[in-house]
Amino acid sequence: MAANLVQITRRGFGETMRKDGWWIPSVLTFLGFSAFIVYSTWAAFQGQHYSFGPYISPMYSPLIWEAAGQPLTDHAWLGGWPSWIPKILMMTPAMLILWAPGGFRFTCYYYRGAYYKAFWADPPGCAVGEPRHKYRGEKKLPLILQNAHRYFLYLALVFLVILAYDAIHAMFFLGPDGKKHFGIGVGTIVLTLNVILLGSYTLGCHSLRHLVAGRFDELSKRAARYKIYQFVSRLNTRHMLFAWCSLFWVGFSDFYVRMCSMGIWTDFRLF
Amino acid sequence: MKKATFSIRRGGRETAEMVDYQTEISEGMVVLDAVHQIQAESAPDLACRWNCKAGKCGSCSAEINGMPKLMCMTRLDTIPLDQPVTIEPIRAFPPIKDLIADVSWNYEVKKRIKKFKPRAPDAEDGTWRMSQEDVDRVQEFRKCIECFLCQDVCHVLRDHNKHEEFIGPRFLVYAAALEMHPLDTEDRTGDLKDMHGIGYCNITKCCTKVCPEHITITDNAIIPLKERVVDEYYDPLKRLVRLFRKK
Repeated sequence: MAANLVQITRRGFGETMRKDGWWIPSVLTFLGFSAFIVYSTWAAFQGQHYSFGPYISPMYSPLIWEAAGQPLTDHAWLGGWPSWIPKILMMTPAMLILWAPGGFRFTCYYYRGAYYKAFWADPPGCAVGEPRHKYRGEKKLPLILQNAHRYFLYLALVFLVILAYDAIHAMFFLGPDGKKHFGIGVGTIVLTLNVILLGSYTLGCHSLRHLVAGRFDELSKRAARYKIYQFVSRLNTRHMLFAWCSLFWVGFSDFYVRMCSMGIWTDFRLF
Repeated sequence: MKKATFSIRRGGRETAEMVDYQTEISEGMVVLDAVHQIQAESAPDLACRWNCKAGKCGSCSAEINGMPKLMCMTRLDTIPLDQPVTIEPIRAFPPIKDLIADVSWNYEVKKRIKKFKPRAPDAEDGTWRMSQEDVDRVQEFRKCIECFLCQDVCHVLRDHNKHEEFIGPRFLVYAAALEMHPLDTEDRTGDLKDMHGIGYCNITKCCTKVCPEHITITDNAIIPLKERVVDEYYDPLKRLVRLFRKK
């Protein structure tokens, strides 16, 4: 028999008896989120190459005003960039809107759990020691503000409708006769997949599940709501999967439109 | 026959040490079998709590290689045996002796949760009517065997020692079972926010991962309760609507 002392009090940062790769999910989450944050910030500052023909990048939609110095397209809701916005702010159309889907993801129940672990090490992994002694959770400021998630959900639902419109808009190409004709390009598929994945993520939201019917104790008395609740619940079981897929695809959609707009990639028309 | 080494926590409330034991293992053995074999062969005074050996009583909770698990449901062929298998009592509660922890705090917490308060009976014979879809949600929570593995893995209890302010995932599930019950008329949202500390939960889902009954604790119990608390206390629009409805 061999004996060694065991710590039975609070463990230090990263201390654990676990022998598996407990750190792998947190590291992957950290890398995945960081990559998206870096790319989306870079893309938001560009203010160009965000549309190509009938396609518009989801990071720039809704396009309230066309970016400063860019030719006017039919994507812009209110025309050209207004002169009253000071140039020193270096604002782009993406900055006017990205806070809403960003806020939705930041306050999302899945993402919260994931980035608390990956970025704050709170905890770094299940049954693994933490770096901090003090803990306030989501009970006090600032994290109590995470309770605003449902308000970001309302905005995300509006964005979903706009992005669905963009996907339909991406099916009509300007012909040589100056009229729009129905067609499908690779970009159409990219933007359609984007709205499907975003829809699967947004419609599986925990807050939506609560708001449609989860808040009632007697679901049977609300047949239509109960059906919607079941649909949302089914999507909710794969919330993490859709959260990642939609995050990646939003980034890829922007990249695709950007590459086409810059003339690096050719958008193939299927018909 | 193949031998494996088990590093088991030995000691009382104040001091303890990890002691290595070797024992023969055979096909189909679970960790609890190995512990019993060690008791029979070399450590008759090794304290270990167990009862059903079928994953239904929740007595043999322990930390096997650092992860909270039921000893009776952890087959040896699912863990690496090329190095000592560590077995410790659950860490969120004070140890008593060897693999036994004092979980009595949990029973005190349960008493603090408002009891089931049914509405008036639906029929003259004093009975109620419920639809299956109304009790589906609640039935998932009733699978709980009170093994307290979720309490053990919860970092709010385990690392931050918030036992005074936070009731832990097990009792949030219990509160959800009552709160979502179609017959219940009691309102627990105020208690959940203040006394039970639901805001301390930061949704790491560790409780869901370790639940031997596969209860979706975070998604189906804690988050819906958090949303009910938001309805009541953190949604200004809802408060406004309620204000006008009262008038």
